[in-house]
Amino acid sequence: MSRTYLGMPGSHPAASRAPFPEAAAASTQDAQLRGNLRHATHTIRAKRAKAVAELDDWGALRAAGAAIKDRTLRHLDHYLERLEESVTRAGGTVHWAVDAAEANRIVTRLVQDTGEREVVKVKSMATQEIGLNEALAEAGISAYETDLAELIVQLGDDLPSHILVPAIHRNRGEIRDIFRERMAAWGRPAPDGLGDEPRELAEAARLHLREKFLSAKVGISGANFMVADTGTLVVVESEGNGRMCLTLPETLISVVGIEKIVPTWQDLEVFLQLLPRSSTAERMNPYTSTWTGTADGDGPRDFHLVLLDNGRTDTLADRVGRQALRCIRCSACLNVCPVYERAGGHAYGSAYPGPIGAILTPQLRGVGGSLEASLPYASSLCGACYEVCPVAIDIPEVLIHLRERVVEGGEVTLRGSKAVIKPAKGHAAERAAMRAARWALDHPGALRGGQRLAARTRRFHPKRLPGPGRAWTDTRELPEVPAESFRDWWARTRGERGEK
Amino acid sequence: MLGRVRRALADVPRDERPQDQPVARDYRRTHGDRTHAERVGLLAENLADYRADVHRCGPAELPALIARLLAERGARSVVVPAGLPPEWLAEADVERLPDAAENTARDLDAVDSVVTGCAVAIAETGTIVLDAGPDQGRRRITLVPDHHICVVRARDHVVDSVVQGLERLDPAHPLTWISGPSATSDIELDRVEGVHGPRTLEVIIVEDAAEG
Ligand code: SF4
Repeated sequence: MSRTYLGMPGSHPAASRAPFPEAAAASTQDAQLRGNLRHATHTIRAKRAKAVAELDDWGALRAAGAAIKDRTLRHLDHYLERLEESVTRAGGTVHWAVDAAEANRIVTRLVQDTGEREVVKVKSMATQEIGLNEALAEAGISAYETDLAELIVQLGDDLPSHILVPAIHRNRGEIRDIFRERMAAWGRPAPDGLGDEPRELAEAARLHLREKFLSAKVGISGANFMVADTGTLVVVESEGNGRMCLTLPETLISVVGIEKIVPTWQDLEVFLQLLPRSSTAERMNPYTSTWTGTADGDGPRDFHLVLLDNGRTDTLADRVGRQALRCIRCSACLNVCPVYERAGGHAYGSAYPGPIGAILTPQLRGVGGSLEASLPYASSLCGACYEVCPVAIDIPEVLIHLRERVVEGGEVTLRGSKAVIKPAKGHAAERAAMRAARWALDHPGALRGGQRLAARTRRFHPKRLPGPGRAWTDTRELPEVPAESFRDWWARTRGERGEK
Repeated sequence: MLGRVRRALADVPRDERPQDQPVARDYRRTHGDRTHAERVGLLAENLADYRADVHRCGPAELPALIARLLAERGARSVVVPAGLPPEWLAEADVERLPDAAENTARDLDAVDSVVTGCAVAIAETGTIVLDAGPDQGRRRITLVPDHHICVVRARDHVVDSVVQGLERLDPAHPLTWISGPSATSDIELDRVEGVHGPRTLEVIIVEDAAEG
């Protein structure tokens, strides 16, 4: 079996802590990975642009999405209490986990209470972030990933490399080999003579996993949204494995980051338009499930919601950085990022690859480690991520802010307490870059002008990445230029609104 | 954890209320002004675009159409929600398994097809929504069998947009939004229809006779 192993020892996400430039150097030399990534990101990018262009009010939806998330985040304590109340009223049980270890303990105990030793899982970034599968394995519990790509990753003893298509680094021949060699060890073996047609491979996965679904007693999921008012959870998916995990087992455990709240049922009208088009570039994804607590005789009898902090409140404490918590994990920013396209998902060393990973991981974990300190530099600041982000996270702004923190140190919140971090050593070049960046931030007009210029004159962008990135890029293709930058749109439409 | 959240939000003025943080809802309620016929036409078009098989008929033709679709599929058994209008299956020559709490997933796995109504159908996205109502049954019955026939009553169920659809739905019910059969693009981005849900989704749009 040929393996695209990217210098990431161990299977625990937290095990990969090489600084970004080094990890990226390894993957940029891998021709297959780069080819797969380029094909994938360019394909999705073009489709997304088409799906978004169908809605002439995209800008207004995007502004509403950002505003709803900001309202939620600024009053998160209020909405968390409300959510706990409504979930409890609907028959669910709410647990609070301050960090990964606590979340893993809670879930492990809940599974043990059922007496089961196997669980089925639907793809969830939160459980990947906390290393839940490994924690369950230590307690003798097997967790079966049921998303096709996650199954490929799990059977291949590998790490996901993309939010939406985690096995983007594997081609069909490799997937066939993985299925042939590994399925038997996990359950129903691959059919004899399995070929490498995607249809055959999907059929093999269907048969393999159906056995698991039909006998599963415990399901574990994440959620895309939680509605504070009603206590409703929402899972958006394509394959139907989510529906299987959410409805067939007797016990359902959902592990969800506290930032996934939206205040009201009505708010879903914004996100159920933004997410599918940004993510899979569809008008609507094949399946969306919503549930409120437990329902009589339909679906699980027991429902547990584990609310996860794990660095989110630290992120919330940062007035510039907190906007990262608006993220709805659509992966649009990955697909337009020239750095991601070169480096691949594994180089980001966490469950969160690409531009969002570059701003989220250093905030969730702090910038103390060398990986975390290098991530804010994993960007050319071209701004394409900001233009496509459906909740208008100004990723370049947060990157610059985090670079400043790395270089200058300063006061931060770490695991709930105030701390002062020291400036990073050996970052003389970065310090110079920072001075320029700070100047831009001190002069908002210059920043705005710079961004407009960037959107309109992308073709003049440098062919090489600045900072530590320079070492591992030779050439790069530049993202398509959006017709109008978000800032331009904002300025224009806010002006219009006053006249209505 | 709430303490941590509150400390993190020390910069938010104490007397600020959630509604003080403005949310402008100036996006569209619908993306177009449509007649009933146009709306239903768009639904059919978008459903087909996502590889659902779409059929249209009048109420009188429905039993024969359902019987024909089941026969063409070679279905010998079908799960029946408790409140499905009995005449829908009147002409079908199949064994019927009534939806019941006792049916296990394995029982359902042995059944060929399922026939249901729906709660809402959204034209702009080609989506049908099930809310576990009497003519739709438990969520699992539209998940485990490999063939789903869903009947949409055009006059009652079809709306233009996601905004209008959500307004009609009650969050207290478990909902399943379905836009075409299940799909994956996980293998080299080739779209493959049908992974875990029903691999064949047939939607029958029924128009009242008066609508022609
Ligand atoms: S940061 Fe924005 S574009 Fe990137 S995954 Fe999150 S929501 Fe999507």
